[in-house]
Amino acid sequence: MKLVIAIIQPDKLEKVKDELYKEQINLITVSEVLGHGRQMGVTEIYRGAKETGNLLRKIRLEIGVNDNFLEPTIKAIIKGAKTQETGDGKIFVLDLNECVRIRTEERGSVAIG
Amino acid sequence: MINSGDTAWVLMSAALVLLMTPALAFFYGGMVRRKNVLSVLMQCFIVMCVLSIHWVLIGYSLSFAPAKGFWGGLQWIGLRGVGLEPYADYAGTIPHQAFMIYQCMFAIITPALIIGAFAERMKFSAFLVFTLLWATFVYAPLCHWVWGVGGFLRNLGALDFAGGTVVHINAGIAALVTAIVLGRRTNLEKNVPTPHNMPFVVLGTGLLWFGWFGFNAGSALAANGLAVNAFVVTNTAAASAGLSWALIEWLHNGKPTIFGLCSGAVAGLVAITPAAGFVSVIPAIIIGLLVSVFCFVAVTVIKPRFGYDDSLDAFGVHCVGGIWGALATGLFASKAVNAAGANGLFFGNPKQFLIQLAAVGVTIIFTSIVTIIIYKLVDLFIGVRVDEKSELMGLDLTQHRERAYTILE
Repeated sequence: MKLVIAIIQPDKLEKVKDELYKEQINLITVSEVLGHGRQMGVTEIYRGAKETGNLLRKIRLEIGVNDNFLEPTIKAIIKGAKTQETGDGKIFVLDLNECVRIRTEERGSVAIG
Repeated sequence: MINSGDTAWVLMSAALVLLMTPALAFFYGGMVRRKNVLSVLMQCFIVMCVLSIHWVLIGYSLSFAPAKGFWGGLQWIGLRGVGLEPYADYAGTIPHQAFMIYQCMFAIITPALIIGAFAERMKFSAFLVFTLLWATFVYAPLCHWVWGVGGFLRNLGALDFAGGTVVHINAGIAALVTAIVLGRRTNLEKNVPTPHNMPFVVLGTGLLWFGWFGFNAGSALAANGLAVNAFVVTNTAAASAGLSWALIEWLHNGKPTIFGLCSGAVAGLVAITPAAGFVSVIPAIIIGLLVSVFCFVAVTVIKPRFGYDDSLDAFGVHCVGGIWGALATGLFASKAVNAAGANGLFFGNPKQFLIQLAAVGVTIIFTSIVTIIIYKLVDLFIGVRVDEKSELMGLDLTQHRERAYTILE
């Protein structure tokens, strides 16, 4: 099992969700975050609010998947989020030790989907 | 003869009506997604700036200067000859400029109402040009026909106490036309937009209700019994309609919502607007109870069936409610309330209903045609709709480089 964490541009969320749904990846957690990578001082439109300095608004996705779903997940995120411009974001993949579905107390790869 | 009480009331009413535009800004602003809230506030406030100037320079003259024709005359351009003495054909007991500034507030809020139809997707520059052209080529002529000396609907005997045709049907039908030609918002089916701040909607409704006393009772243009009648029926109709919408939801969806109550109250205020100076309190209750039924059907049945994206229901509430109000005036108007008015169908004068129908028809046809022409011209030269990326990012950032809410301090 893997945990995929992706940081993407806010306006790409809808497209990424569409691509994930096409691959039958329906279980995702979404949050709004601030951050920056290589952009650093790059002033693009998301710097609208002065208080946040050079931290830019991003969307963070968390998706737990079984190993055979890992590549489709990564490809779907890239397909939805890639513009080839600085600021497209990152995908992190972590090993996932355990997963428990609270309702049924199922564990492991049956619990993840 | 200037009457100080009348003048004080009309000036106060002008201020109340002005407040309705910021109120509308919050009413609409709460309904959009948070990435677009500033764009709605900005559109409402820039209308206050731009049309205030437009009104004193040319708008008032084109609307109210006596003339027979498409517009009013040009003799009052730049308020030349519009002084501090009364102009008896409009209001004999207040300074002419008091009448002028009171009417200015109506000219501001009418185009602002249309914002509800194209919210979340219109380019700001195009919006400004569209609004200026619309104020000149739609609002001014219609205002002249209904209220101006020499206007043909006024001469026909159409009753419109405070702007059911000129303001609400006019803006509402323009809203439908722009919603259709502008097209639906992107991704509407998959991601149904929900109001981002319901307390703003409620706040806006409260301020609209408050301001509407100036809108309707102020239209008596005097501090007299007629103003009191308008005040009472306005409050009664708003209350009936708010209650009625909540009850419809309760029966139909299982739970009453504050959003529904607010929509109903506004619909009731819209519907009583043309009738406020001509009907008594029992008809006001009927007008209020029924307007919510019509508007509820318009926004929950008709809109989804035809698929036009009137984002914030400017058509569904203002046009539908306005038409009902104008026709209801033809049903319930009574000379016992206002001797200067006329009797309606239920008081033995069916002709009045037909006159009201004619005024509604003229407004719908005229406004639709001219609004489409203006829209197409602006689209040709500027482009009306923002590109898809800007729409997804939100108009606050892409049109104004501002954001309403921060994530961290």
